[in-house]
Amino acid sequence: MDVRIRRSTGSPVVLGETDAEMEPVEAPVAGVPMQAAGRGAGGRRKSTRAVSKKRGEKKTRAKPARKRGTKPRRAGKVTTAKRAPAARTAGAGNGSGQGKANGAEPAPATKRAPAKTRRRMSAESMAGRQREISVSEFFTKNRHLLGFDSPARALLTAVKEGVDNSLDAAEEAGILPSVRVELVEIGDDRYRVVVEDNGPGIVKSQVPKVFGKLLYGSKFHRLRQSRGQQGIGISAAGMYGQLTTGKPVVITSKTGKGRSAHHFEIVIDTSRNTPEIIEDHTVKWERDHGTRIEIELEGTYKGGRRSVDEYLEQVAIANPHAEILYQPPKGRAPVHLPRAAEELPPEPTEIKPHPYGVELGALQSLLKETKARTLSSALQQEFSRVSAKVAERIVRTAGLEPRRRPRDLKPAEVESLHRAIPRVKIYAPPPSCVVPIGEHLVRCGLEREIQAEFYACTTRPPSVYRGNPFQVEAGLAYGGALRGFVEEDGSPHSTGRDADAQQGPITLLRMANRVPLQYQQSACATFNATVDTNWRQYGLPQPKGALPQGPMVLLVHVASVWVPFTSESKEAIAHYPEILKEIRLALKECGRKLGGYLRRREHQKREERRRGIFAMYIGELVESLGNLTRVDRSKLQKELSRLAARHTDGDAEAIVAPTRRVRGRRKAAKEEAR
Amino acid sequence: MSARPRKRRKKGDVASKLRELGEGAVRQIRAGSNPAVQIPARTLANVKYDRKRSIIELGDQTQTRALFNVGQARKYMQTFLVASACKDLLDAAKTTSIRDLYYITKHTIGGTKQNTFEEQEESDPIIEDLEVTIDSLREEMNLFASNRGAMVGDLTLVDAGDTIDLRRLGSGGWSVPSIVEENVIQFKRCNAKMILLVEKDAVWRRLNEDKFWKKHKAILIHGNGMAPRGVRRLCHRMVKELKLPLYVLVDNDPWGFYIYSVVKQGSINLAYESVRMAVPEARFVGLSSFDPKRFDLSSNVFIRLDETDQKRAKQMLAYPWFERKAWQREMHKMLKEGVKLEIEALSSKGISFISEEYLPRKIRERQYLV
Ligand SMILES: Nc1ncnc2c1ncn2[C@@H]1O[C@H](COP(=O)(O)OP(=O)(O)OP(=O)(O)O)[C@@H](O)[C@H]1O
Ligand SMILES: [Mg+2]
Repeated sequence: MDVRIRRSTGSPVVLGETDAEMEPVEAPVAGVPMQAAGRGAGGRRKSTRAVSKKRGEKKTRAKPARKRGTKPRRAGKVTTAKRAPAARTAGAGNGSGQGKANGAEPAPATKRAPAKTRRRMSAESMAGRQREISVSEFFTKNRHLLGFDSPARALLTAVKEGVDNSLDAAEEAGILPSVRVELVEIGDDRYRVVVEDNGPGIVKSQVPKVFGKLLYGSKFHRLRQSRGQQGIGISAAGMYGQLTTGKPVVITSKTGKGRSAHHFEIVIDTSRNTPEIIEDHTVKWERDHGTRIEIELEGTYKGGRRSVDEYLEQVAIANPHAEILYQPPKGRAPVHLPRAAEELPPEPTEIKPHPYGVELGALQSLLKETKARTLSSALQQEFSRVSAKVAERIVRTAGLEPRRRPRDLKPAEVESLHRAIPRVKIYAPPPSCVVPIGEHLVRCGLEREIQAEFYACTTRPPSVYRGNPFQVEAGLAYGGALRGFVEEDGSPHSTGRDADAQQGPITLLRMANRVPLQYQQSACATFNATVDTNWRQYGLPQPKGALPQGPMVLLVHVASVWVPFTSESKEAIAHYPEILKEIRLALKECGRKLGGYLRRREHQKREERRRGIFAMYIGELVESLGNLTRVDRSKLQKELSRLAARHTDGDAEAIVAPTRRVRGRRKAAKEEAR
Repeated sequence: MSARPRKRRKKGDVASKLRELGEGAVRQIRAGSNPAVQIPARTLANVKYDRKRSIIELGDQTQTRALFNVGQARKYMQTFLVASACKDLLDAAKTTSIRDLYYITKHTIGGTKQNTFEEQEESDPIIEDLEVTIDSLREEMNLFASNRGAMVGDLTLVDAGDTIDLRRLGSGGWSVPSIVEENVIQFKRCNAKMILLVEKDAVWRRLNEDKFWKKHKAILIHGNGMAPRGVRRLCHRMVKELKLPLYVLVDNDPWGFYIYSVVKQGSINLAYESVRMAVPEARFVGLSSFDPKRFDLSSNVFIRLDETDQKRAKQMLAYPWFERKAWQREMHKMLKEGVKLEIEALSSKGISFISEEYLPRKIRERQYLV
């Protein structure tokens, strides 16, 4: 699976042109792992393959796609080819040294005749310019890929990376997470972001690499459900801070009671992608264990949609077992989001990849590097759910010998093996590797944050896309406080479809591995599945091709050992048909429950109206019948109220109250007349 | 001829019917069912002509009016509200107009902006519903319409305790009240041999002035146009109780025929009253379409039939009680000639032609239709 991108591989003509524009200012540094660069750029296996295979054709497409809002699926794949124009944009934008160097480069390729260019460059002259690019440099120029394109988003992304890591670490250590977030305004568009947790802490020797090196982490090389995946997150946040304020990242970490806490101040040497330790001493810290990071950065704080405030509220919904303490900036009141569940979610197990969906290149390198000595045992060792029987079947289907040495397979043979895999029935990956929030806790989370009148939640059984297990759940909260303000005349909120339509589109909360997604909603599979669902049949108005309307919050959570995001900033889930299908099914289940509720409510309202009518006339009727027959009026009144309740699906109380008043008033009026 | 009114019902009958209606409702409530009253449908589809008794009658169709039905609850309540008010009227032995009753029963329903009745148009049909439901006339429930019509003749009756000699009432006559039930009106002494109901007040006055009733031993009555309920009910009672023939004199036009038709068979709208109002044996004395020839009237008294006249005439051709040949001839003749004739047209032959020539001859020669 480790198909690496080497700058010198591929078509020299195409690359040469790119390089001519892209030439790094600083010399490549030995020792920066190429491997890491490959992973970082591609983000995920599939992507790296795509890049290496298709870089030629991608190059030309990359230009129009460089701005934000690139086609979701492509963003991951084209990273390498795309970086030239993107870097130019970024460089010009932030005015960094590298950017300026780039700005001095020749005019864009489109203005040049390609034939001429080719003649100008020789393979040798190009070779002189071909060298490695540090991943830190790459992301300095392409910081939008990581979610640092605008000051508002940068602030949110920094908080997000910190909180994600804190939750991941605490959970992995079996600690109920308690996370404190603080935003301190220290100047115009300048903030200090503080994220502190009660996690296991980070051992002293690892701290510099974790925070001062991109693509360094514990989560990439395994298939296990976690919030972080790439080993970029927190170091990228630190790098952004460093870039915009020149300040180091400050880390305090303690790994256990009685041990000393370490205080670090770290900057990243971007050209070499290595940490530079500015401060390193021990301090006293009242916590038993945990990590505190402080990043100073350029950012803007705002409330409302996509704000840090909202993000943390959503974190609380997705993580009912987490406690969140939040101190917003600008003298705002601190926020405490307590736990809704006192138990950690079950620990997701780590799995090996599932044979379904493994890519040819990945299979190839896997067979090369395996320690197994036969083809059959290689398949059993490297994949999950492959028994001896299954392995044999795959190999036979491919027309190969099970005892062959894996390394000896010719490319054509690997290909037939690859073709054979989908033809053999293999069990789905063990579901224990994905841990959903769970129906009950989704509900708890929604109830804690939203005072609605109706909740519905659904957790789908686990499923598989491209060999990766995943699980979808959905929850919705409808009505109640979501309905907004009371009507002008002070009457309670009107309900029904028309009122729902006035509310505008619903709010969609998108979650991936318990992380709320904030940006790129319309590029997300959850959004598309929601739009594709026919909500009208469940009683909500829905314009064609749009979200349904009404006072509703809809939560969609996709949990997976590997969530397929459309870009490194992890904001939108890719449109795998299997994922779309599961989301739709989850939405349907929730929708049906909502539909049932809305119908019941409609019925109740109708019955209430009827009850009101009957109640109104019962008082009169009792008077008339009392006069005609001299029956005991109060007894008759009670009997009629009971009857009315029976005939309107309601309780007698609702009837007794208004009619008593009616009778009382009439009597009083009569007495007055006399 | 003395006639002690034969009471068809005991006094207090209506009051007990009202009470029974209320008790029925209470029973239904106690039984836990949706209380409902069955009301004979007052629809055209539910009206039929009883050939044997030759009156218009309500059929057997009923409509259900239930309390626990959003569309019926209000009317259900109103039905009992009116019933209760009528009971009060009967208890207090007072009569009142239906307009009065509307005001008596109208009030805001406690705690709401709704009234029990919003307008009289709402309460009138409820009264009619109540009439058919308990099979009593509104007059029996002490509800009256305004007086209309007058009567003179060789008859003495008691009206609300006062004895009235109908021979001594001058030019105006006795104003016929709308309630002429046995408890209000009793017949005493009667020397009349027939009753003459005329359409118009003017004609009635002519006949009264000419003392037609005296010469021909008649009771002379008019309804000032379409005979009101009081007049019809009184005619019915006189025919039944005094055993007198009833002659009807109306204009020679479709409307006149219709007035006769209502007196004879009852109206379609209020078919339920027929039994106690219709006089199937009523005799149509005039004016006939053949009268101009018979009495040699000049053609300049004719009026052209207009379109509505034509339409109405054609409709009436289909009435079962006009099926007989004589009637068909009569109406076809009118349609063929295309003209109509007012009673007053007879005055062209002399001011007292009607009382001295026309009526005596027609009755004598039995030139009437039944
Ligand atoms: N608060 C923390 N407590 C303990 N370990 C931490 C903490 N923050 C980060 N780490 C460690 O540092 C590593 C790097 O973190 P980083 O955010 O850069 O990458 P990641 O979380 O693995 O992936 P992603 O780029 O998707 O966030 C993590 O994999 C984790 O092992
Ligand atoms: Mg992370």
